[in-house]
Amino acid sequence: MLLPKDEAELSAMVREAEGPLWIEGGGTRGAVAGEGVRLGTSGMSGITLYEPGALTLVAKAGTPLAEVEAALEAENQRLPFEPMDHRGLLGTDGVPTIGGVVAANVSGPRRIQAGACRDSLIGVRFVDGRGDVIKNGGRVMKNVTGYDLVKLMAGSQGTLGVLSEVSFKVLPRTAVQATLMLDGLDVAGAVAAMSAALGSPFEVSGAAYRDGRALIRIEGFANSVDYRVGRLRDLLAPFGAVEVEHDCQDLWRDIANAARFAGTDDEVWRISVKPSDAPEVAARLGDARLLLDWGGGLIWAGVAAGSDPRRALGGVRGHATLVRGAPESHARLGTFHPEPAPLAAIAAGLRAQFDPRGILNPGRMG
Amino acid sequence: MDMPIPDAAIIARKAEIVAALQEVLPPDAVIHEDRETKAYECDALTAYRCPPLCAVLPASTEEVAAVLKLCHRMGVPVVPRGSGTSLAGGALPTADCVILGVARLNDVLEADYANRVVRVQTGRTNLSVTGAVEDDGFFYAPDPSSQLACAIAGNIGMNSGGAHCLKYGVTTNNLLGVTMVTMDGTVHEIGGAHLDAPGLDLLGVICGSEGQLGVVTEATLRILHKPEGARPVLIGYDSNEVAGECVSDIIKAGVLPVAIEFMDRPCIRATEAFAGAGYPDCEALLIVEVEGSDAEIDEQLAVITEIARRHNPVELRESKSAEESARIWLGRKSAFGAMGQINDYMCLDGTIPVSSLPHVLRRIKELSAQYGLDVGNVFHAGDGNMHPLILFNANQPGELEKCEAMGADILRLCVEVGGCLTGEHGVGIEKRDLMVDQYDPVDLEAQLRVKDVFDPKWLLNPAKVFPLASTQGRRAA
Repeated sequence: MLLPKDEAELSAMVREAEGPLWIEGGGTRGAVAGEGVRLGTSGMSGITLYEPGALTLVAKAGTPLAEVEAALEAENQRLPFEPMDHRGLLGTDGVPTIGGVVAANVSGPRRIQAGACRDSLIGVRFVDGRGDVIKNGGRVMKNVTGYDLVKLMAGSQGTLGVLSEVSFKVLPRTAVQATLMLDGLDVAGAVAAMSAALGSPFEVSGAAYRDGRALIRIEGFANSVDYRVGRLRDLLAPFGAVEVEHDCQDLWRDIANAARFAGTDDEVWRISVKPSDAPEVAARLGDARLLLDWGGGLIWAGVAAGSDPRRALGGVRGHATLVRGAPESHARLGTFHPEPAPLAAIAAGLRAQFDPRGILNPGRMG
Repeated sequence: MDMPIPDAAIIARKAEIVAALQEVLPPDAVIHEDRETKAYECDALTAYRCPPLCAVLPASTEEVAAVLKLCHRMGVPVVPRGSGTSLAGGALPTADCVILGVARLNDVLEADYANRVVRVQTGRTNLSVTGAVEDDGFFYAPDPSSQLACAIAGNIGMNSGGAHCLKYGVTTNNLLGVTMVTMDGTVHEIGGAHLDAPGLDLLGVICGSEGQLGVVTEATLRILHKPEGARPVLIGYDSNEVAGECVSDIIKAGVLPVAIEFMDRPCIRATEAFAGAGYPDCEALLIVEVEGSDAEIDEQLAVITEIARRHNPVELRESKSAEESARIWLGRKSAFGAMGQINDYMCLDGTIPVSSLPHVLRRIKELSAQYGLDVGNVFHAGDGNMHPLILFNANQPGELEKCEAMGADILRLCVEVGGCLTGEHGVGIEKRDLMVDQYDPVDLEAQLRVKDVFDPKWLLNPAKVFPLASTQGRRAA
């Protein structure tokens, strides 16, 4: 495995590569390498700049996520988007890296309030398929200077370039957390309750559903949380009895990590729809094991091996990604949702521009 | 600012091009008489003017597609235009171009409160998006100061911000989907009411591409329920350094105000003379606003004022009522008008790391003395987005050039301290030639290659964003 220790070495390795390179952060997100050479980013590690008073953190791409989170916690701050840890779900080990988080654009429950990984990302440095070192964005949170390649790199799965450094806008960690819980709801009832909460002024930072129970999270200063919990309790009364628990960090971590599917035999899909379409899609998924996040906008579905839950979308607009499946399922069904031909052509055009030799994770995204 | 020499062959074919456009659009949607095209000769960067070959006002996505397909076939450049409020010259025409205005695309297509999104045609103004949902308690968060006039199309083109970005983000963070027509006339649906799109984040690169990748005709925007209330506190300091430290300490304390505005002494004095808001005569003034219920506001303001006191303010005025709030905001909201009454001004929007604030203000003062032009600073301190207003006299020969030279020095300074040329206005023509100060040739080439994919013939708004020399070969091809 190639392990560049800095950007210059990374650039040389990509420039000199004679065949496919399979890019790997911590190797925790289940990306499968094909023929060719593996290239790991863990040698490029370390936080290069952290200014708590400016809410800005810059780190080399191979920096362990845990190191970033620990540095932020020491200043009572955090990554706003609550990144998912795939290890439990996928049964992988290894050390998740901040670059891997960006390359996969993984976001957890707080995505509905604070945005996705791509929304917090304010700068990147990367090496494209030619071996050129390219920078875009920077370390300030408002920047419209030229095209936003920062967002383009987020979620590009290493197909446009190998990230060497990433910058984030971070947020204060909140003092207090409370979770309102409503039991005995079907999917339609839960989505309606979550929608009512999310459509209120009470700044909900998590809205999930599993096993008949809707979960609604509030964060902030103590008095403010008490106040909003009280108001939401009234607002949600028509949907059923409301229980309130404090400090449910483990619960929300489990939701972020889709932990309920860990150790099961299911193939696991991640389906993105408009929240109000969730009941219809859930009904069509039949006896699939479900977890809803993002107020119903994100459906995690555990299905029997080889079955294709994209059929359940019917005419509903949205898309599905196979997150955990047998190699033959990935091969037969594809990992990502097929794109309309004109958009697929643009995406292929971009990959050809950034990686003209087609050596970076070839075929991973199409 | 130079613009490319217009293509004489295209200008010579004007009658043919107009006739072809009239075939795909209603008669009143093609504007080609000289006295009428003059209305499209500039945007809010009024120092530069050039009437277009003609202007078109399509009223549907299909009409936009027909226009683009036609211009693509005939090899005619197209400059998209929202409401023409760009301060950067984003909608400045060339004599050989067709201006494509979206003003007739102004419907609200759907307000969906259950999913907290609104779908609008992009000619609709920013404020009227909120107008369409506010009776039901909702609002669209990005609030550029031109929000009464500016169109969503332009907001998407420039990835516009506003005063409340610290909490709510800029346009790109509130845009979920678009209908976009590429130069060849293909209509693309990207994203939608769901929170993330599959594949590469095309929406992310389209937003802020200054109308160079496609014409966005419809947009799905995230809306939020209005907060229960909002109240500011006004804090005055004797030094910019201390004001900067106060901002940093507030942020570190875990409060996330919805806005932190900063004004320096020249600006405070100008607005006092103009609006009489009762501001103290001090070096630096902060307006910090928080949201929530009354009790929540009190809780946050208590934290903020406690921090502010530690830094020995010369004034600390907490609003207790809507009237007091309005009075605190009065000066800030009239800052641009106040400066404009003194003289012509140029407004820049470079962004800097908040920690460099005192250094940058000091250097701007030195540049002001060096060039002999006054500068007032008013800006969004929470996110480092500066707005130096350089005063000059447009009627005095040479002053505009001097002002531009000073502006360029200020923007280079922003880059030098780790910031950027533009935080919310866009590059347009105004900062085009400074791009080489922020980006290496290889960085710019990566961006040009993106345009190659969306618009291989380089017909859409081709003379913007990038230094002309760097795009010469592509535009001529």
